Amino acid sequence: MNLRQYLRAVAVSAALACHGPAAFALDAADIAPLGGDDFDAKLAAIDKLIETRDESSFALLKALSDDNALATDAGQVLIRSDAATRDAATGRPVGQDVADGAQPVTLNNLLRAKVAGALAGLQLASPDAAARGAAIDTLLKNPDPSMKSLIDAARAREADPALKQRLDTLWSMTALHAPDAATRLEAVKLVAARKDPGMYELLRPLTAKSATGAWQEPDPQVRAVAQQGIDTLDGIERRGRIAGTLFAGLSLGSVLLLAALGLAITYGLIGVINMAHGEFLMIGAYATYVVQTLFQRYAPAAFDWYPLVAVPVAFLAAALGGAVIERLVLKHLYGRPLETLLTTFGISLILIQGTRMIFGAQNVQVENPSWMSGGVTVMQSLILPYNRIAILAFSLAVVALAWAMLTRTRLGLFVRAVTQNRRMAACVGVRTARVDAYAFAFGAGIAGLGGCALSQIGNVGPDLGQSYIIDSFMAVVLGGVGQIAGTVIGGFGLGLVSKAIEPFWGAVLAKIAVLVLIVLFIQKRPQGLFALKGRSAEA
Amino acid sequence: MAVTISTMPGIPSAAGQDIGRTLGLPPRPALLSRNAWLALLALSIAVGIGVPVGALVVPETSAFHLSAYAMTLAGKFMCYAIGALALDLVWGYCGVLSLGHALFFALGGYAIGMYLMRSIGNEGVYGSDLPDFMVSLNWQALPWYWEGTQHLGYALLLVVLVPAAVAWIFGFFTFRSRVKGVYLSIITQALTFAAMLLFYRNETGFGGNNGFTDFKRIAGFTITHPGTRTALFLLTFATLVLAFIAARAIVTSKLGRVVTAVRDGETRLMFLGYNPLGYKLFVWTVSAILCGIAGALYVPQVGIINPGEMSPGNSIEMAIWVAVGGRGTLIGPIVGAFAVNGAKSFFTANFPEYWLFFLGLIFVLVPLLLPRGIMGLIGNVFKRSTH
Repeated sequence: MNLRQYLRAVAVSAALACHGPAAFALDAADIAPLGGDDFDAKLAAIDKLIETRDESSFALLKALSDDNALATDAGQVLIRSDAATRDAATGRPVGQDVADGAQPVTLNNLLRAKVAGALAGLQLASPDAAARGAAIDTLLKNPDPSMKSLIDAARAREADPALKQRLDTLWSMTALHAPDAATRLEAVKLVAARKDPGMYELLRPLTAKSATGAWQEPDPQVRAVAQQGIDTLDGIERRGRIAGTLFAGLSLGSVLLLAALGLAITYGLIGVINMAHGEFLMIGAYATYVVQTLFQRYAPAAFDWYPLVAVPVAFLAAALGGAVIERLVLKHLYGRPLETLLTTFGISLILIQGTRMIFGAQNVQVENPSWMSGGVTVMQSLILPYNRIAILAFSLAVVALAWAMLTRTRLGLFVRAVTQNRRMAACVGVRTARVDAYAFAFGAGIAGLGGCALSQIGNVGPDLGQSYIIDSFMAVVLGGVGQIAGTVIGGFGLGLVSKAIEPFWGAVLAKIAVLVLIVLFIQKRPQGLFALKGRSAEA
Repeated sequence: MAVTISTMPGIPSAAGQDIGRTLGLPPRPALLSRNAWLALLALSIAVGIGVPVGALVVPETSAFHLSAYAMTLAGKFMCYAIGALALDLVWGYCGVLSLGHALFFALGGYAIGMYLMRSIGNEGVYGSDLPDFMVSLNWQALPWYWEGTQHLGYALLLVVLVPAAVAWIFGFFTFRSRVKGVYLSIITQALTFAAMLLFYRNETGFGGNNGFTDFKRIAGFTITHPGTRTALFLLTFATLVLAFIAARAIVTSKLGRVVTAVRDGETRLMFLGYNPLGYKLFVWTVSAILCGIAGALYVPQVGIINPGEMSPGNSIEMAIWVAVGGRGTLIGPIVGAFAVNGAKSFFTANFPEYWLFFLGLIFVLVPLLLPRGIMGLIGNVFKRSTH
């Protein structure tokens, strides 16, 4: 026992001496079962210790929790410390030969919780408000009816209003089984008012029938209040589940959106479904990995700011890759969409295998900056991770960027013109080939941004792109080609629907259901939600 | 002339041919030319005699012995060739690039695989009448869709009916809403992807990850016996030849011409009063059945079927066999399947890291440099030499 703990123990015992009932000395016979093998007897002995509430019982509880309690074969219980080994009942040091013959007292998990609770219960009498607060928190986590006498005493004398309120809650949990119906009613009201899902297990027995068919709780008023409390908790849980599903759906949707946005632009413009699009995601993710590694090595102090560098690098790396591929290969294949499909698949194979040879086939680790770890606790059952929130915001920013590019720049004007009518745009002087190249690079760059975002929430490996590509195709099919609004709705819609079905059918069947829904959907709207109108519609 | 056309449906076919000639249409080609029939006959005789002799009669020490490995490899390639032929029917002749044909291939394989699993009997690891994977899942009885699969005839029926049903239903809904081009390709890819995920699940009842393997016998014969292998090989060869003739019959028929017209100008065809739905569905379903049969021949020879077989990647590889050989010809896909898979065997044995690079390069370079594939190249050479 170090000095601080010792002082606290003294303080507690002083407090007990002032407020508590008259202290009993420990009876060696009462604590003897601690050395035995019968856990029920040990439980009774610990209850006795809690009841005793004096300096020696506190010391023994402390020793039990620190694994410093020993017992001899004769049933003598000892407390081991650095200085000497003492008899727990008398406090006198024992001889070395006795100490050597003693075995540590073994506790099971139930008893350990009990001892921890008892220590906290004794702390309730501490003069230090912070210590009392900590003790209440500990007990709230594991309310133990056997602590009732301690809590009653503490509740009677607590002056601090905030602590008093928490003590009331604590008291109500231990008083749910009090013999007096009025006390139970008060207690159950307090428990129900907490609206804490953890209280579910406390309330449920009150509304249940025992094996003989009689109510476990005889008083109907108490039962009614308990039932109300359970209904409230059910409502909270349901809302939490719905909110959780919504968030998961939006989060998946934002990822699909980042993956699908570039695809929609290039498909709308040049009619090319780019099977290598997923590999641009991968390039973005690996670019982020490289930036992250460089920061770790050369500027660890600025590590939290690496995304500021990684985002433009990911965009440029993927855009450059896209531009090269467009100039070297795709431009020769325009007008042959099916062959372009195969060609881009070949490019994706080459990129995957290339990555595997450079970075290895294993996944690489991309660490979140510290401000992205953790999350907002909305409810006990609902934590929104910061990285998911960041990606949701990021995807919206990327949509805004793409929208601004398409509607507010000269290049965007050309892109829209070529999308609507390539030949007419060429006739009025738009260099369509150059627009194709820029737009393809831009779409690839957006995928790179997506990869940068994905690296923050998932594994980064050579197969990264493959796992998202089919879903993002589906988002494009759903939303209609070349339409930012369509892709946004398609991405989020797909994410929400998938996550809404998942709890009932599981991830795989949800995917299949979504596919079936899409096939049925295009019966009604073959061109997607937002079809291009006008002469170019049927190309 | 317009009057003549309007009376066309009522007049006998001989008169129809006359009108075709007056319109300047090329005459319908014969099923196969005399020389082609002779070549096919010669090949069939050579394989039908050479293979059994090489595998069963010639001693293993001889250089002319046909090893089990070589025969399995060639048998595998022929199954791929049937699959490629099936894909070429829809892609080369109907303009529908399916990236989901591996699904039909695998469905045929799973159908025969169910029979093969049942024919293991109680000789599995657990000694149970149920297939091993069901025992390890603690299933007590066969699921309903396994009923009757102990009969080879029923399994063969499934080989045909299951891919046909899946293809017909999927095709009906997509063709009816006139989904085409890359859209259709993407959706077929999603279809096979979804099916792959479904088959990966243990609860689906097809062995999950591991699929079916450890087959013991087929139709009462030990499956690893050289005689059984030779018989399977010859069966595959016969199927390939028949599939080729059937495909040729389809593409040279009047129906085949309409199908080609769907490929070249679907909208114009509709203006002429045709509804493309039936034609597309027919070719699509026939192609799926052919693919299923190819899968059913493949599984007993390689001895395993698992969901990886229906991965989107595999489907796209089938497309490249067709592209390499030359789509729109019927020899092309067969040549392409042998060429690409031969290269694959060579690379994976000698330079495993570079195979994907090479495959990727084929995907990139063939459409760029050889848009009509190997057959187109041969055609060019012939033209130049005759001029």
